[in-house]
Amino acid sequence: MTVVEPLSAPIELHFDYTRSLGPTLSRFMTGLAGRTVVGGRGSDGTVYVPPLEYDPATGAAITEFVDVADRGEVLSWSWAAEPLPGQPLERPFAWVLVKLDGADTGLLHALDVPSPDAVRTGMRVQARWAAEPAGHIRDIVCFDPETDAATAEPISGLDAVSMMTTPVFLGVQHSASVQETRYLQGLREGRLLGQRCPQCRKVYIPPRGACPVDGVPTEEEVELPDRGTVTTFCIVNVPFLGQRIPPPYVAAYVLLDGADIAFLHLILDCAAEDVRMGMRVEAAWKPREEWEFGLQNITHFRPTGEPDAEYDTFKEHL
Amino acid sequence: MSKERAAVLGTGQTHYKAKRQDVSMAGLLREAIDRAMLDADVGWDDIDAVVVGKAPDFFEGVMMPELSLADAIGAVGKPLLRVHTAGSVGGSTGVVASSLVQAGVHERVLAVAWEKQSESNAMWALSIPVPFNMPVNAGAGGYFAPHVRSYIRRSGAPHHVGAIVAAKDRRNAAKNPYAHLQQPDMTMEKVQESQMLWDPIRYDETCPSSDGACAVVIGSERAAASVERPAWIHATAMRTEPTFYAGRDQVNPKAGRECAAALWKQAGITNPLEEIDAAEIYVPFSWFEPMWLENLGFMPEGEGWKLTEAGETEIGGTLPVNCSGGVLSSNPIGASGMIRFAEAAMQVMGRAGEHQVDGARKAVGHAYGGGSQFFSMWVVGAEKPE
Repeated sequence: MTVVEPLSAPIELHFDYTRSLGPTLSRFMTGLAGRTVVGGRGSDGTVYVPPLEYDPATGAAITEFVDVADRGEVLSWSWAAEPLPGQPLERPFAWVLVKLDGADTGLLHALDVPSPDAVRTGMRVQARWAAEPAGHIRDIVCFDPETDAATAEPISGLDAVSMMTTPVFLGVQHSASVQETRYLQGLREGRLLGQRCPQCRKVYIPPRGACPVDGVPTEEEVELPDRGTVTTFCIVNVPFLGQRIPPPYVAAYVLLDGADIAFLHLILDCAAEDVRMGMRVEAAWKPREEWEFGLQNITHFRPTGEPDAEYDTFKEHL
Repeated sequence: MSKERAAVLGTGQTHYKAKRQDVSMAGLLREAIDRAMLDADVGWDDIDAVVVGKAPDFFEGVMMPELSLADAIGAVGKPLLRVHTAGSVGGSTGVVASSLVQAGVHERVLAVAWEKQSESNAMWALSIPVPFNMPVNAGAGGYFAPHVRSYIRRSGAPHHVGAIVAAKDRRNAAKNPYAHLQQPDMTMEKVQESQMLWDPIRYDETCPSSDGACAVVIGSERAAASVERPAWIHATAMRTEPTFYAGRDQVNPKAGRECAAALWKQAGITNPLEEIDAAEIYVPFSWFEPMWLENLGFMPEGEGWKLTEAGETEIGGTLPVNCSGGVLSSNPIGASGMIRFAEAAMQVMGRAGEHQVDGARKAVGHAYGGGSQFFSMWVVGAEKPE
C-alpha cells in the first residue's frame, strides 16, 4: 500500500451557555451593574470577593454581604505581552490580583499600564467602570493606577441580575485515520472501500483501522457496490439547533452488499412512509466534478425497485 | 472476593423542572446533598469522600466543574472523584461510591450527580457534525428510534405498547412530588395522539429536558447501625461495549445482558421476576421498558412487551417498573441514573411515599448510557446480604 497522508479538517463549535446565578452570585452581579463591588463574609470573618457561595470552613451557605471599595492594592501580577481575543484589553496589560479595600481576598482582573515596569506588588489601583454596566464582571473594564479622581458614580434602584450568558468557542482540527483516509480517497473517486478483518473476515465500511471485536489491524481492502439494504431507520420530524438537513427526512442504516456493518444515510426519491426495513436501495451520487473527500458525495440512497430483502438476510445487523 | 457490607443511609433529590433558574449549579447540588445528609442523619464531618457524576461537558459547557464545586459539595480536605459514563453516569457514580465502602477504604461516602439542561442544549451537543461524515445525526431520539423499530419488528410487539409505558410512567410521576412532568390524567390514547418526532417515537414517548440533582450517602455496616432502615447493597455491576461492531445486537446489547447476569448472580437471585419487588429502569423512550425487561432477564427475548401490555409493570403488578415516573417524567441526564438507584433504595427503605410498593424488600436500579454501551446496576434490599 502507498504511504497515505491522513486527511484533516477543522470543526468550529460555539454555544452561548446560560448561567443561573443563584442568590449569592446574583448579589455580586447586581452590585456590579450598580458599580458597587459586593463581598461575602465567611464564618471566620473573612470577606471574600467575589463572594463564595459556600463557606470553605463550615460548608454553610454564605448569607452576609458587605460592600467593599472599588479601589485597593495589587497582591500579585503577571504580564500579558500578547493578549488573546476576548481578553479584557487588546494591548499588552498586566493580570493582577487586587485586594479591594474592605476585602480579604484577591480579585483577578486586568490592569491597564503601558509596560511591566509600571506595575508592582503593593501598588494602589482603582476600577475603571463601563459606561453602561450590565451585571457582569466586564462592568469593570479594567483597573488603572490609583489617582485622586473619583471613580464613576454608583447607580441605585436596579433590578436583580439573575442570569448570565457565557459564550464558548472551541476550534478543533479533526484528523481522519490512515484507513479512513484511504476510504475517503476512494469516495473522491466514486468508489466505496471497506476493509476485511483477517480473523473474523467481517468487512467494515468505513474501515476502523482495527477490528473492534478481534483488536487486530485490518489491511485487506474490499471494494463494495453502491447498493444495499435498509436494515432499520427512523423518520426525523423534529427541527433542532445546528440541523443540516431540513426535516422530515429518513435516516436509515444502509447495509451495502458484501459489508458486515451498516452506516447511517438518507433515503430520498420516495415518500418517507414508503421506506421499509429490507428495502433495496442504491446510491445517488453528486455530479463527478463535485466529488470531495466524504460520504456526502452520495447525496442520498434511493429505492432500486428490487423486491425487499428477506428479514433473515439482515436480522443479524439490527 | 470478600467485601465489606455497604448500605444506602440516605437519599436526597431536588425538584426536577425544565429550568431551575433560582439556583446556581452549586446551589442545585447542595439542595440534593442537604436532603440526603438530613435523610442519613449525618454532618460534613461524617463524610470521608465525595464522588460526583455528570453528563458530558458539552451538555453544560463546564469543563471539570468539580474544581469550582469543591466548597459547595463539602469536598474540601477530602478525596474527590469524578465518574464519566455518559447517560449511565449517575448509576456508575453510585457503584463507585459503593465500591469505596465495600473495599473498606471509607466509612461514609457522599455520591452526587446532576445536570442543568436549561443552561445548554443536549440535542445540539449530541448532533455535532464531524468532518467527512454524513450529518444525519438527530440527537438521542434520532439515534435510538431505528433500534426501537428493530425491536418492534423482531418481537412482533403491538404498536400501542410504547404508549402504555408512557401513560403509566406519567401517572406514576403524579405520585412523586419531585417529578418534572405532572400529568395525572395521561392516557394511552393521548400519547398516541401526540406528534411523531422520530418515527416510531412520539412526543409523549420521550423524556423531558430537566434541571436537577440527586445524592446518596453510602455507609459501612458500622455506619448503617445507626440508621433505622438502610437499603443494603446486595450487588453492583457495570459493563461496557463499543458503539459499533459487526453483528452487534443493538436491541438487546450483550454488555447489558452480561451486566444483568453478573448482578443477579452476585445478589443470589435466580428468578428476578419473582424475587424483585420494584425496578427503576432507565427508560428515556417508552419502548425501552420492554426492551430492557428482556435485556435484564426479567422476560425471555421477544416477550418483554407482554408484561407491559398485561399491566404487570404498574404499581401493584408482578414487577412495578418506574414507580417514580422514571426518566420519561424527569431527565436531568447526568443525574437520571442516580435517581433510579436512589428510588430503588427508597423502595426498600419504605420511604417512597405515595409511589411506595407495599412491602418492597428487594429492588433494582438500572442505568445505561452512550449508544446503549455503558450499563450500571445495583440490587438493594431491606435485609443484610449474606
